[in-house]
Amino acid sequence: MARYQNIFTQVQLRTAPELGVPLPPGHDARTNGTGFVHLFGRLGQAQLGPIYLGWMGLASLFFGFVAIEIIGLNMLASVDWDFSEFLRQFFWLALEPPGPEYGFSPFVPLGEGGWWIIAGFCLTASVLLWWVRSYVRARALGMGTHVAWAFAAAIWLFLVLGFIRPFFMGSWAEAVPFGIFPHLDWTAAFSIRYGNLFYNPFHALSIVFLYGSVLLFAMHGATILAVGRYGGEREIEQITDRGTASERAALFWRWTMGFNATMESIHRWAWWFAVLTPLTGGIGILLTGTVVDNWYLWAQQHGFAPAYPDTGVTDPSVTGSMAQ
Amino acid sequence: MMKSHHLIAIALAPLVLAGCELGSKEVTQTGHRGTAMAELDVVDASASADEIPAPPYELPPPSGPTAGEVYENVQVLSNISVEEFDYLMAAITEWVVPENVDDPERAGCNYCHNPANLASDEIYTKDVSRRMIQMTQTINADWTDHVQQTGVTCWTCHRGNAVPEHVWTNPSSDGRVAMGNLNGQNAPDPNVGYASLPTGVFAQYFTGDGGDEIAVASTGLYPTDANRLTTMETETTYGLMMHLSQAMGVNCTYCHNTQSFRAWELSTQARATAWFGIRMVRNINEAYITPLTGNFPANRLGPEGDPYKVNCTTCHQGQTRPMGGASMVADYPALSFDTVAAAPPVEDDAETMAGEEVASAE
Repeated sequence: MARYQNIFTQVQLRTAPELGVPLPPGHDARTNGTGFVHLFGRLGQAQLGPIYLGWMGLASLFFGFVAIEIIGLNMLASVDWDFSEFLRQFFWLALEPPGPEYGFSPFVPLGEGGWWIIAGFCLTASVLLWWVRSYVRARALGMGTHVAWAFAAAIWLFLVLGFIRPFFMGSWAEAVPFGIFPHLDWTAAFSIRYGNLFYNPFHALSIVFLYGSVLLFAMHGATILAVGRYGGEREIEQITDRGTASERAALFWRWTMGFNATMESIHRWAWWFAVLTPLTGGIGILLTGTVVDNWYLWAQQHGFAPAYPDTGVTDPSVTGSMAQ
Repeated sequence: MMKSHHLIAIALAPLVLAGCELGSKEVTQTGHRGTAMAELDVVDASASADEIPAPPYELPPPSGPTAGEVYENVQVLSNISVEEFDYLMAAITEWVVPENVDDPERAGCNYCHNPANLASDEIYTKDVSRRMIQMTQTINADWTDHVQQTGVTCWTCHRGNAVPEHVWTNPSSDGRVAMGNLNGQNAPDPNVGYASLPTGVFAQYFTGDGGDEIAVASTGLYPTDANRLTTMETETTYGLMMHLSQAMGVNCTYCHNTQSFRAWELSTQARATAWFGIRMVRNINEAYITPLTGNFPANRLGPEGDPYKVNCTTCHQGQTRPMGGASMVADYPALSFDTVAAAPPVEDDAETMAGEEVASAE
């Protein structure tokens, strides 16, 4: 007999689609089309739609499309419009920001980084419009705006990297290129230039929250799955009864670590850890080069990094010969 | 049962991707504990010094008439004995044009000499070799901070090729202007370890054209106008370091404590050796190879019309010490001092080999 299971749900409902609550006056209509997708049902809810796009969603998709087109066509142009080379070299290709000679000027020849500025503008417009949408849609449903503010934390880091910090540094050459390997090489070069980013305390905090998010997600996900046999993922009726999934889950953590989060607080923990990851990371990036130029030296001065013994090697440009 | 087989297969699948190098390894700690500074070598017989070509015959004593007295038009090696001169010519032929090169007519001696008149300079390679002999002498005499007592011979670069295998020229400059400008980077280039780093690093750091801004991190804690290098400009240093790493088959910690790439007091001695090596390469390209540009035929020039130049790989070829540290200079004393400016050193006065008298090699 088919059973309801909470991961890779095996029973998929096929019935009249759930169309949601009526929209308040003044809102655009949702799309009417709905359907059921078996593969979606393997991962979550099988029903697709209805979707609320609205003019902000359309504008966001438009700007996002333009940004991706500019990036992609520049990459394609760089390999002489050869699509197989585009695929072969895809991970290396990039759209680079303007060089240091242009400072933070918005007027840069297209091939010298102007395309990067336009693509960055379109991508920012797209992301911000999508943020507004996530805020307005939550309000329309009478929800809190937690999703929007979590998204805003990610946008903060995005804008610090691509706009706010380059603005304060007065150079587009500080911004991140669009590209797979190029943005990773940028990351390493950034750390090399500013004396080891690992000694940036806000970078350290960001890592703490990142790893913390992973740990919390694993603990929470595991707990709920573990009490799924008692209906733990259907939280509403758990609160009042004894011996429920919720009570077992709480008891498990009190037994193993003496303390348990509540059904509500675990999500608050997870939300803050996730949000603080880009929030602290963005602060760390913003302080780099603007306030501190060499994090290793900063960490030495503040007793934050270990001081290893002198190896006796000296700078040959100063001594002019080998220190033997 | 079937299911467990699948699970085992899935569990082992990552090993296929891991690029495991089989064989026992040897780890040598090279820095303070906790800094991950260690050399990891595969224990292998081939890790010892390479096989090097033996001298053509026993080194003749430095006596008798000099090459300049016997032969015409000997400009560089005129002060050494004619017997040592012949011996060296035989060795150079073995090192550079051991068998038929691109044209059988020009194999062996004929690669540089007109067989009808050995004194003639009509073949361009003869004048180039002359300059290369002086270059070798300068390296052995003046760059002991890099080559130390191991020294170099023609073989160190040539390895039996008329043109050394690992050379570079300036990248083609026909870049895109309106769209698809990759900023001189972002292409899979083995010279920078297949990273997306700038590929013009050799022109920037290994010739006199570029700056010397290899060290990018600031010497002070706070931002000042003394260091306005951007992250984008840092990538060229990063690319250069990838080249050094590839050339020697080492990673960053061979020279650096990654706590601070800049701090010399945390670095290993190898970093200072490399520092001199970078300047030696620059000197070779600037003082010896680039001035010969006009001598070379078009098929010996790159797309920008500059000759094939050297980088770290030219000699190192993946080893921390070229040829596994094998030294050949003792058998070829004429390659270790300026034979134009000085007479051959006396047997018991080895000091002059690397002394001040030869410092005017250029």
